[in-house]
Amino acid sequence: MTSEALHASTAAKPSMGWRWLLAAIVAALLVALPFAVRSFGYESFTGLATQVLIYGIAALSLNLILGYGGMVSFGHAAFFGVGAYAVGILYYHMADDSLFLGLVPGTDAMLITLPAAMIVAGLVAAIIGGFSLRTGGVQFIMITLAFAQMLFFLFVSLDTYGGDDGLIMRRRDVLPFLDTRDPTTFYYLCLAAAALWLGVTYCLVRSRFGFVLNGMRQNENRMAAMGYAPYPYKLVAFVIAGMGAGLAGALMANYLRFASPDMLHWTKSGELMMMVILGGAGTLFGPLLGAAALVILEAVLTAYTENWQLPLGIILLAIVLFSHGGIVALVRRFLPDKP
Amino acid sequence: MTAPLLDVQGLSKRFGGLTATDSVDLTLPEGELHALIGPNGAGKTTLISQLVGALPHDSGSIKLAGEEIGQLPVWKRVHRGLGRTFQITQLLPDFTALDTVMLAVQSRHGHSFRFFADARRNRAIRSEAAQYLDQVGLAPRAQARVGDLAQGERKQLELAAALAGKPRLLLLDEPMAGLGTAESQQMIGQLAALKGKITMLIVEHDMEAVFTLADRVSVLVYGKVIAQGDVEAIKNNEDVRTAYLGEGDV
Repeated sequence: MTSEALHASTAAKPSMGWRWLLAAIVAALLVALPFAVRSFGYESFTGLATQVLIYGIAALSLNLILGYGGMVSFGHAAFFGVGAYAVGILYYHMADDSLFLGLVPGTDAMLITLPAAMIVAGLVAAIIGGFSLRTGGVQFIMITLAFAQMLFFLFVSLDTYGGDDGLIMRRRDVLPFLDTRDPTTFYYLCLAAAALWLGVTYCLVRSRFGFVLNGMRQNENRMAAMGYAPYPYKLVAFVIAGMGAGLAGALMANYLRFASPDMLHWTKSGELMMMVILGGAGTLFGPLLGAAALVILEAVLTAYTENWQLPLGIILLAIVLFSHGGIVALVRRFLPDKP
Repeated sequence: MTAPLLDVQGLSKRFGGLTATDSVDLTLPEGELHALIGPNGAGKTTLISQLVGALPHDSGSIKLAGEEIGQLPVWKRVHRGLGRTFQITQLLPDFTALDTVMLAVQSRHGHSFRFFADARRNRAIRSEAAQYLDQVGLAPRAQARVGDLAQGERKQLELAAALAGKPRLLLLDEPMAGLGTAESQQMIGQLAALKGKITMLIVEHDMEAVFTLADRVSVLVYGKVIAQGDVEAIKNNEDVRTAYLGEGDV
């Protein structure tokens, strides 16, 4: 980076230089993580980090509509669960050697299952968004919640795919040249997916589309008065967010080798919202930090007590109340203006 | 004679028993600066809302340059050449002044379903937006957050954003409201400079501004146009004096 470019970016935002420096350090740590934990003998931590990355993708996708677009969707787990079930159902039909709806053959090729999960989640998002974006405010929250709960009960009632108990996969989906059963390999796979989705989000929010979306959050009347129709922009954002959650769900189904109705439950939607708000809604890195904080806190607290939800709730409350903008705001406060 | 730029015929709007707009006829030839005055509650803002499409009318027609636009949504009317400013400023508090005007310019440059290039680094849009800020005297505040702008600056930004849409007809809803004397004078100066270049319909309580700027004036009382004419005719109209201006006050 030339000194001029650096100056331009630091002029725009005081902590811009720090932001990228920190991101580079965190990225290096994430790449080194499997080796580090192995040498310290905490190998199970790779699995925890994998979960952080997967939830990070889901939270990133929710942040696009919640943080940048101002659409408080309380049903985002629907797309997460649909993505997971897409993987599980394709695997089921592959193992069963049968056809889904008598038409689609199953597969365990990850190069097919992941895009398929994203497309299906995107379609579901187009339908749910198509209806719910005609409303706003509290109605929007309730309608997205209602749609997600409808899907939850749909999967509970599908006995073929395990109903209440969920759908177990005997093995993870396969990739050419890579052994997805190896925890380290799978971790890197999720790291690559998270980096990819972070890159997609980065491009989106700076683009003309993101510019308009950000404006919609602030004042729809103003945007209409400047010639922008709110509905199509919000719907496209909603679908992209649904696809991101679908990708996360597909990875989670592979990680757990399991898809269950719990993944679509409203409490899961609540967790995703918590991650976004905890990390910092409308910030690029916030959702990843929020996902890390929530997953790690939960893991640590469950080791100490069965009643881990109470201390978790208190900690989350404290961060949200006192940070004014989540973990990202907290980090910013402790950084001087320039590195 | 060519068709008027704005041609409103028999426009009516009722809220239950209240007639907010009572068969209003209003025609603006190209280039005119037309003032709409009337006491509080006369239905001026309601009329503006119907013209821009934020409020559906019950009956009547709205034609812009000969084409009916009365059934179009707000954003489509903007692309037909209708610009507006709000009485109570409607802005984007987290954006900078420049961002705001850039969005208005971007709206004219085709759809915004473009997902990769950084919108704020588009030089063409950026420099065009900077010109509009300069035009209303906001250039020094280009990088200021809109939420941090003073009331007068917000009014100027509203005007810049409206101008950036290159409107054929500009609807100004109380552009002087909330401004100090100096700021009002500045705004009057800017509108005077635009006079003749853009057709304008201006709702305003500041009579000094109205009588300085307007080519013609319409007086709205209880949703009805009770008088219409040039400034002198309105000043001397008996009905207007009793209904609105206060007798012998002018």
